[in-house]
Amino acid sequence: MTAAASSYLDDRTSISAVVKEFGRKIFPDHWSFMLGEVALYSFVVILLTGSWLTFFFDPSMTEVDYEGSFVPLKGVEMSAAMASSLDISFDIRGGLLMRQMHHWAALLFIASIGLHMLRIYFTGAFRKPRELNWVIGFVLFILAMAEGFTGYSLPDDLLSGNGLRIIDGMVKGIPVIGTWISFLLFGGEFPGTVIIPRLYTLHILLLPAVIVALIALHLVFVVVHKHTQFAGPGKTNQNVVGVPILPTFAAKAGGFFFIVFGVIALMATFFTINPIWNYGPYDPSPVSAGTQPDWYIGFADGALRLIPPGLEFDFLERTYSFNILIPMAALGLFIVLAMIYPFIEYWITGDKREHHLLDRPRNAPVRTAIGAAGVTFYGVLWAAASSDLMATHFHVAVEHVIHTLQALVFLAPVIAFIVTKRICLALQKKDREIALHGFESGRIVKLPGGEFIEVHEQLDEYERWKLVSYTDYAPLMIRPNSRGKITVAQRARAGVSRWFFEDRIAPVASKDLEVSHDNTH
Amino acid sequence: MSKATNRKNRAGRRGPLATVALLAIGLFFTGGAYALISNGTAEAQSDINSQEMIDEGEKLFAANCATCHGVNLEGSDIAPTLIGVGAASVDFQVGTGRMPLAASGPQGQEKPEQFTDQQVKAMAAYVASLSVGPPIPDPRYLDEQGDAANGAELFRINCAMCHNVAGSGGALTEGKWAPAINSTPAHTYEAMITGPQNMPVFNDANLSPEDKRDIITALAYIKDTPSVGGYALGALGPVAEGLFAWVFGMGAIVAVTVWLTAKSN
Ligand code: HEC
Ligand code: HEC
Ligand code: HEM
Repeated sequence: MTAAASSYLDDRTSISAVVKEFGRKIFPDHWSFMLGEVALYSFVVILLTGSWLTFFFDPSMTEVDYEGSFVPLKGVEMSAAMASSLDISFDIRGGLLMRQMHHWAALLFIASIGLHMLRIYFTGAFRKPRELNWVIGFVLFILAMAEGFTGYSLPDDLLSGNGLRIIDGMVKGIPVIGTWISFLLFGGEFPGTVIIPRLYTLHILLLPAVIVALIALHLVFVVVHKHTQFAGPGKTNQNVVGVPILPTFAAKAGGFFFIVFGVIALMATFFTINPIWNYGPYDPSPVSAGTQPDWYIGFADGALRLIPPGLEFDFLERTYSFNILIPMAALGLFIVLAMIYPFIEYWITGDKREHHLLDRPRNAPVRTAIGAAGVTFYGVLWAAASSDLMATHFHVAVEHVIHTLQALVFLAPVIAFIVTKRICLALQKKDREIALHGFESGRIVKLPGGEFIEVHEQLDEYERWKLVSYTDYAPLMIRPNSRGKITVAQRARAGVSRWFFEDRIAPVASKDLEVSHDNTH
Repeated sequence: MSKATNRKNRAGRRGPLATVALLAIGLFFTGGAYALISNGTAEAQSDINSQEMIDEGEKLFAANCATCHGVNLEGSDIAPTLIGVGAASVDFQVGTGRMPLAASGPQGQEKPEQFTDQQVKAMAAYVASLSVGPPIPDPRYLDEQGDAANGAELFRINCAMCHNVAGSGGALTEGKWAPAINSTPAHTYEAMITGPQNMPVFNDANLSPEDKRDIITALAYIKDTPSVGGYALGALGPVAEGLFAWVFGMGAIVAVTVWLTAKSN
């Protein structure tokens, strides 16, 4: 019966080819390979809980008197959006759990995207042929932030209204056209009466549709390219080695969805998130202490907090707010550089080979160091968004926190770069030592001559493979172009390439190994 | 922003005109309160201001406070005058343990109080006997039975920028901060009418006694109602939530991924 049904289906859809393709996928053998899945599963949780919320949420800014069961807001005038969010929280069975699951899942979604992206970066998984998938992924990252921000704004509470006010300020800070755009966006003077329905359309229709489509494309690319792997015996640039998902690990892979689901459900059951009833309805006058965006927008909030005051100039009867333009430009540049990083690195290395084997981060010291600098820069901005809380919790002045972070935003990335590069090189050196001479066993032996030596033990083949198999690079050479000239761009490229590769530890070649083994035996 | 309000308020309070205004308000308030006092409270009130209390207060004040504030409340280089601060200010400052001031820092801190309630009231009576100022609030406004919705709204408008919407505190400039509010109704009321240190004064023209009662009711509601959504993470907002999502949420999930892949090897 089942056989008949499945063959009926297959004849019409060729689904078995797809199942086979996915079933033959390898079960990941490094934990970091599962981070993309975490993102995927938390997105599924977001879709499920979000659909449920749409049944009860009223995306309207019509003023109503709240008549629900939360006493401290009884009779208070608020938008229908806020009132319905309160109803979901207090008067609809399971509503608060769903709201909290939706919000916690959103935080985890973007956190797991972030970690996933870091793993792709630090292992060099974005190299040819996966550059486009990196870009798709990065667009997903930006869309996920947009999705989060639009969602955060929907309940129309005090906190989200303050967030929108900041966006409004940023839009208005754009020279010449800013005010027009703001009026277009809010349908008149902020806050107006249309922004919530508009954000709602973005939040439940446009953004999720694009995200789903891009996730699908992203995963198709993963299947087409096959997954990358770390170097290991038998693992080469041409194959993928491991245990196929079907049949053994199918249950495990499916079970993982329920684990992610379960973690989110537990968080939502036991921990409050976004208690809009404390914040009350949006009203342009009050601003609460501790007004912050969700974590993933924190870096932008932090950038605004770090910019020193007094950068506004009047010119030709218009105000130019560089205290808004500078952070916006800096963040824009940061995001664009990260998005096109695979192409930048390609330009520097001139490496046209396909890469299916991952780099251990230490084996690409400059890339790893650039990544560490980027993460540090982001981290400082992120910390700046909580400057007030750092001040109260560590009993220091807010001004000191801000000034320290202002210095760190420039210094810390440089320090991170230098330190990380040094650490990578040191680790590489250690690997080389171990591959050549084995590791110190801690056993001291007295030789017949009375001399003491420590016995070095050799690695087994598997371990050594890990240490010695990575590709070595050489800086690009300057070559004259067809007209026999060396252009400035080429000089620059060669210069950067030299900087990228100047300090490196060559991998152990088999020749070196033989020599060293002959010596020890 | 809070800086500006602070400056204005401090300056306003210290200015001669403001002192006069404060005196007038104080007089009005005592007079008004007196007229409103009915049976039970009248006894308590007269008891508090009895000559014995004042005498006891004078002794305690001379022993504990006069070094800084001067024997005649005139103040000194290191401490402000207490003329016109009223019983409310003394009750708040000593009752919450802020006075006698311990260490010099950006602001006097709450600490375990050093005097019995009786002694605090005695000092308050002594200070009030020398000059007029806001009295200890009438218990009618401290019953936590006002309109919580109005109080919560007033709190969001007047207090949340410093104290956070849930009253969990926030940073001010120059190392000062607005503390988390978990004071008694009386101390909350007194904080509003006396404006300790960097807090502005909310006199009865700003917030009527009824409004203050509503605010106290709303704060009591927040304090007494268990958090509906589960553990509130300090009611500190998105920073605490983000930290929790990363450390515990992602932490748990990454632990699971490590476990799963370890088994697959
Ligand atoms: C170490 C010195 C010191 C001692 C001792 C001290 N105070 Fe103070 N007091 C201060 C200072 C300084 C301030 C001002 C704090 C501020 O506004 O930042 C102050 C403020 C006050 C205020 C608030 C004044 C206002 O403007 O509202 C009152 C009331 C007060 N003290 C009462 C007392 C009482 C009662 C005692 C004794 C139990 C006492 N103090 C002991 C230093 C002291
Ligand atoms: C400009 C910022 C600011 C505003 C606005 C403000 N406060 Fe305060 N508040 C403070 C500061 C600063 C302190 C601490 C004073 C001290 O330590 O002496 C404080 C202290 C308090 C305390 C005492 C807390 C304790 O630890 O015992 C209470 C209660 C209080 N405020 C209530 C309120 C209420 C109610 C409002 C609104 C009507 C309000 N505050 C508005 C800054 C503010
Ligand atoms: C909606 C968000 C995302 C989802 C659901 C998602 C999902 C996945 C999944 C399931 C995989 C395969 C397993 C793995 O390697 O983890 C994967 C691989 C990959 N992802 Fe993502 N991803 C997302 C965002 C991103 C981002 C932001 C980037 C980088 C900017 C990115 C770049 C990549 C690349 C290059 C691969 C191939 C990795 C390899 O083969 O080693 N993805 N993604």
